[in-house]
Amino acid sequence: MRDPFSGPPLFSPSFLDALRAYAPDLLAPPPGVGPLPEVPEGTTVVAMRFADGVAMGGDRRATEGMAIVQRDIEKVFPADHYSAVAIAGAAGPAIEMVRLFQTELEHYEKVEGLTLSLEGKANKLSQMVRGNLPMALQGLVVVPLFCGYDERRKTGRIFRYDVTGGRYEDTDFHATGSGGRDARGTLKKRYRSDMDGASATAALIEALYDAAEEDAATGGPDLIRGTFPVVATVTADGYQRLSDEELRAAAEQIVAARARGEG
Amino acid sequence: MSIGFGYVTPEQIIKDKADLARKGIAKGRPLVVLEYADGILFVADNPSTHLHKVGELYDRIAFAAVGRFSEFENLRVAGVRLADLRGYSYGREDVSSRSIANAYSQTLGQIFSEGPKPYEIELCVAEVGADGSPSALYHVLYDGTVADRKGYLAIGGQADELDAELQRGHSDGMDLDAALGLAVRVLRSVSQSENSSRLEVAVLERGSGRRTFRRLTEDDVTNRTSGGEDATVDPGISPPEDGKAKDAT
Repeated sequence: MRDPFSGPPLFSPSFLDALRAYAPDLLAPPPGVGPLPEVPEGTTVVAMRFADGVAMGGDRRATEGMAIVQRDIEKVFPADHYSAVAIAGAAGPAIEMVRLFQTELEHYEKVEGLTLSLEGKANKLSQMVRGNLPMALQGLVVVPLFCGYDERRKTGRIFRYDVTGGRYEDTDFHATGSGGRDARGTLKKRYRSDMDGASATAALIEALYDAAEEDAATGGPDLIRGTFPVVATVTADGYQRLSDEELRAAAEQIVAARARGEG
Repeated sequence: MSIGFGYVTPEQIIKDKADLARKGIAKGRPLVVLEYADGILFVADNPSTHLHKVGELYDRIAFAAVGRFSEFENLRVAGVRLADLRGYSYGREDVSSRSIANAYSQTLGQIFSEGPKPYEIELCVAEVGADGSPSALYHVLYDGTVADRKGYLAIGGQADELDAELQRGHSDGMDLDAALGLAVRVLRSVSQSENSSRLEVAVLERGSGRRTFRRLTEDDVTNRTSGGEDATVDPGISPPEDGKAKDAT
């Protein structure tokens, strides 16, 4: 690592630029050749807009091929005060990408004295996903789901990505990862334009429950160990992860409804 | 003598440089840093609303400087970069005010001894202690001299008088209102332009989440200083309720 006090001045508020200039060894290495061994994969993440903002959720399972390697992994992270990012795909590079993204947003904020617009944050993440393309071609695919509260438009917004860094805005809801298709079915049926936070949370947890029923790599609520799908909301009050008790209550409600034959 | 016309002794060069730096700093408006029960308070006499003298470096660490803006702004940004690079490559707890103060000291020392003109700035790196560990205040001078201070610190114009005033008024464990009252009173006592100067106020506050840096708005300060002085204070953007420093520079 070189020290940022010497050398030519760097006129950039970007932490990625600082990394390139001062510590290029910390950037992702160029891909090698040959097949990669199995690595942990995160599976299903979901997001839905509601009246005051946006809610985002993820199951707790990580798999390596056919094996379950973790039952309590977290896939939803605060990106900054007004945005959240959820990851699906190769867990290692995905979690590292989130850490870099969090540092990038905070760094910009400290250097410039202003926060990036939600659009700006979404574009920055797009560039980072594109940077991962060589790794994706080797099988280490990272496709995040990004959402946040747009302080200028006073609304929640959802962005999804493809491996090339392509960025698409979803107006209502989206789900990605191995169980994404199944989760989207539930979200489509449950979405109402005037939903409140509680019903959006319930819809996300139900969608994850349905994904877990159909997809082997998605974990359902684990009543014995007490691990439940995670949901966080982003509103004008900022990022808020629901407490474990709230998540338990919401998951138990779905399980009870299914036991009665509803839903 | 073999030494030709125009020879200046190294002592004279150093003295001239130091005089230049000291004069530049003494012309500038002052800034005070005070430890209080729950954190560290920064109050700067600063006519500008956007060119800040106080800024966030990391979760528990802040930067405050006086003198030429263009000179210390570069150093502030370099400090943010150093902190974020360290925190990213190791861990968040591994970023310390001591190493940042050291980097400032080395840089200023080098500029002072090798550059044609020294920086006309003085700065403070402050870290609020976590879990009951003491806070740290580092005072870095224009020539790289670094001192470890306890409790309070004044830099900029009339710093000596301010220091003496702070020594009289400061006590361990004073609350934010008392510390703010003291800082405002002390700054007003030396202010050339009575009551017309704008104050930039920020704190590093324990127990306000991961990022402890927060700017205080004009209303915050007027409410907290009981004397009802018509101080004009930096009307910064109000931070979110949880104290997250979203408008931090």
